[in-house]
Amino acid sequence: MLIFEKSDKGRFATAQAPKSHADVSDLPESMLRKKPAGLPEVSELQAVRHFTNLSRKNFSIDTQFYPLGSCTMKYNPRGAHRAASLPGFLSRHPLAPESHSQGYISCVYELQEILKEVTGMAGVSLSPMAGAQGEFAGVAMIKAYHDGRKDFDRTEIIVPEAAHGTNPATAVMCGYKVREIPVRADGDVDLDALKEAVGPQTAGIMMTNPSTCGVFEKQIEAIAKTVHDAGGLLYYDGANLNAILGKVRPGDMGFDVLHMNLHKTFATPHGGGGPGSGPVAVGERLLPYLPTPIAGKREESGFDVFQWLDDSDLPETIGRLSAFMGNAGIILRAYIYAVLLGREGLHRVGEYSTLNANYMAKLMDNAGFKLAYPERRATHEFIVTFAKQAKELGVTAMDYAKRLLDYGYHAPTTYFPLLVPECFLIEPTETESIEELEGFVEAMIKIQQEAEEKPELVKQAPYTQPVSRLDDVKAARELDVAYKSDQN
Amino acid sequence: MPFIPHTDQDVQKMLDVIGVDTIDDLFDEIPVHLRAKSLDGVPEGLSEMEMMRRLNERADQDAGALCFIGAGAYEHHIPAAVWDIATRGEFMTAYTPYQAEASQGTLQLIYEYQSMMCALTGMDVSNASLYDGASGLAEAVLMAIRANRKSKSRKVLSVSTLHPLYGKAVDSIVGNQDISLDTLPMDDANLTVDLSKLSEFEGQDYAALIISQPNFFGSIEDVNQLTNWAHANGMLVIAVVNPTSLALFTPPGEWGETGADIAVGDGQPLGIPLASGGPYYGFICCTQKIVRQMPGRIIGRTVDLEGKEGFTLTLQAREQHIRRSKATSNICTNQGLAVTASTIYMSLVGYEGLSRVAKACHANAKTLADSLQEIDGVSVKNTGPFFHEFVIELPVSAELVLGEMAERGVLAGLEIKPYFDGRDNQILVCATEVKTDADLSFYAETLKSVLASVGGA
Repeated sequence: MLIFEKSDKGRFATAQAPKSHADVSDLPESMLRKKPAGLPEVSELQAVRHFTNLSRKNFSIDTQFYPLGSCTMKYNPRGAHRAASLPGFLSRHPLAPESHSQGYISCVYELQEILKEVTGMAGVSLSPMAGAQGEFAGVAMIKAYHDGRKDFDRTEIIVPEAAHGTNPATAVMCGYKVREIPVRADGDVDLDALKEAVGPQTAGIMMTNPSTCGVFEKQIEAIAKTVHDAGGLLYYDGANLNAILGKVRPGDMGFDVLHMNLHKTFATPHGGGGPGSGPVAVGERLLPYLPTPIAGKREESGFDVFQWLDDSDLPETIGRLSAFMGNAGIILRAYIYAVLLGREGLHRVGEYSTLNANYMAKLMDNAGFKLAYPERRATHEFIVTFAKQAKELGVTAMDYAKRLLDYGYHAPTTYFPLLVPECFLIEPTETESIEELEGFVEAMIKIQQEAEEKPELVKQAPYTQPVSRLDDVKAARELDVAYKSDQN
Repeated sequence: MPFIPHTDQDVQKMLDVIGVDTIDDLFDEIPVHLRAKSLDGVPEGLSEMEMMRRLNERADQDAGALCFIGAGAYEHHIPAAVWDIATRGEFMTAYTPYQAEASQGTLQLIYEYQSMMCALTGMDVSNASLYDGASGLAEAVLMAIRANRKSKSRKVLSVSTLHPLYGKAVDSIVGNQDISLDTLPMDDANLTVDLSKLSEFEGQDYAALIISQPNFFGSIEDVNQLTNWAHANGMLVIAVVNPTSLALFTPPGEWGETGADIAVGDGQPLGIPLASGGPYYGFICCTQKIVRQMPGRIIGRTVDLEGKEGFTLTLQAREQHIRRSKATSNICTNQGLAVTASTIYMSLVGYEGLSRVAKACHANAKTLADSLQEIDGVSVKNTGPFFHEFVIELPVSAELVLGEMAERGVLAGLEIKPYFDGRDNQILVCATEVKTDADLSFYAETLKSVLASVGGA
């Protein structure tokens, strides 16, 4: 039931608002709202009960194993949330003067330094508010670089066909044309096709390593050389940074600019779809273009004083992407995560996420499931394809995903990357125990048996959720995206 | 090893099954010379206890002053229930609701959020949120250009009374797509858009007009006249609004004859703490006619196999994961947790509570403005009605006064000079419902004493 359907005229949480209506008779009538807005009218307990019960309908990391590939659903440390919610942080206004900002800016500054070290890059800006905004900043900086050298013929961005949809969408938002290149059967970019595709029109290439196919791009140095020789720059989509954190640095692989997803690699809460944070890091060439504001430090009478650097300090900046400094509280949580893990902990992220993925891949392989890239090492994630089951049993990846919910597991990512048919992209992360991984594989074995013996059972799943399969077609055709009461 | 559960036995078992000797063997596809040495530049890890000690010190450094700064981020009372519920693990650690059956909590909540934003703004449709108000405005500009069928123009008309940081963000975001923005000038005396200059901007084929209400200076614009003028000249209207103010003033859906076409703003005032600027969220609402041009996620109500009500992501064909380079926007995440908090907030206070909050804000701002006007050498610059913010002019340097006030525990406002020429010695002051009479008096007394000591009074 919607909260509107529980409403009764005149109810609200009376403890939460001023006791009466203040006098506003000095405001002209013509400017004032005539009819009330149709917001809920419930008591405080009704609201608390309604939303608490809604929460119980969700799968979450805190309640289930959630191996969503490419999303890095690792444990979100409660300590990070607790510290970020200290009153001194929550009450600080974004435009507070320097005298009342040293605590916060020092945390931002230190995170910038840690991320530089971890990525092997020369500069970092934490302001982009999500991966997609980080990508936007990265591509905009590439454009600023070429424009700055009056190299205006570079109109194309190259993107592997397996790339995440945000990559080509971002290139277009920056005024570029997109040129897609194929990926080979072993999961790596087709280097010959790349050599054909580069030229004086190439602004750069956007790619991920490990790639969206869950394997390490072995020819990365050759790719970097090919693009650099043609005068283009390399953009690294950091969505898969968890696989190599502490083991390989994108800067060392030849990338000129990258973004990170703090809500993936740095364990900030996923929140039901956000907020995220997509900081960018650059090599020397792109330092002048970083988006503002950036935390800076100066010395005064032997003390460190922290400050914001804005467009007066970076005159060639691509500008600002938000009103203030991006998702400030998320940045703080990522800083705290980095502080808790430290040098050794960060080093282990890549190791154990890779160990967990390889173990699961081996178990799935041993159980008879088809790995998309069986001859390759898994990185922090791997792909299984159900093309055979779809063809022979009529049971698709979607069906397996829905039946997994009945076994108490959130399904992995489905149907991405697009070039592997009927696939699961499975990413356990390093914070999952061996029992959890084995339990998932056992569930998959049971579902496979069901698919062979009674496929209809799998095709109509799930049975144990608040709803059964939803009619997506109806949702789009008979668009109902807001409750309209009589008042609206 | 924080958060990594593996025992030595676990690791050995796993390596045996995989068929390698060490974890390092799993990285054998990576060229040796690319492997990182240890991360020497990163300090050693702290325990949670040690971390809390450090973070407590840092938080204390920034705490303690009375804040009278607004300028796009506003201090309001947030009921305890809001974040107690929003930070339940089931809300906080869930992800994008791609498996709808396992995410009905989040999906229904967002549907309710969308409904509430429509009610508040008076518009037909809302999305599931964008990153913040400023980037939301940029998306609205792109949307208006796509949606305005009568105009092929890539020019948009803005107002000089728009929040300057919003203006800068819009420039950065749309600048690479051959889009230009002009601005309607301000009536300097009034701190509102100069309506007498409107005719100069006719016949120039703008795709849209941006109207900010209240504007950056807190002043209330004549939105009806601006809306009708824009529509008469073939422009779509983009309303940039403060959500608390919508419990007091005419909502965008009712501006002019036919209402605004797109309404955006920042949802922070609805249950989100100041928290150094984020995470907040941008809301975007529009008329039914142009819903297919709206960026971002949208949740729709439908039924399941048994005809039971359920909620799911819909109209996904607009989005990047389907349309890729032809998507309406590259946006992927929304601001889920912030939206969750706001929805709970709006449910608790309701329209009745929100309208009391809005009125209390107005009353406090008015009281403060009146008392500051009484101080020798200080004058309030807004000649017309204003909402919870106003501009005062000081007889001496604003920077100096702000510094002195800060030392005495009052963050007295935002210096305007860095953003607007010819406004030396002016500050933007905000007072919301959280300020008591004692707080307001303290501000006035402190200002008086500062001016006396710097020789301005």
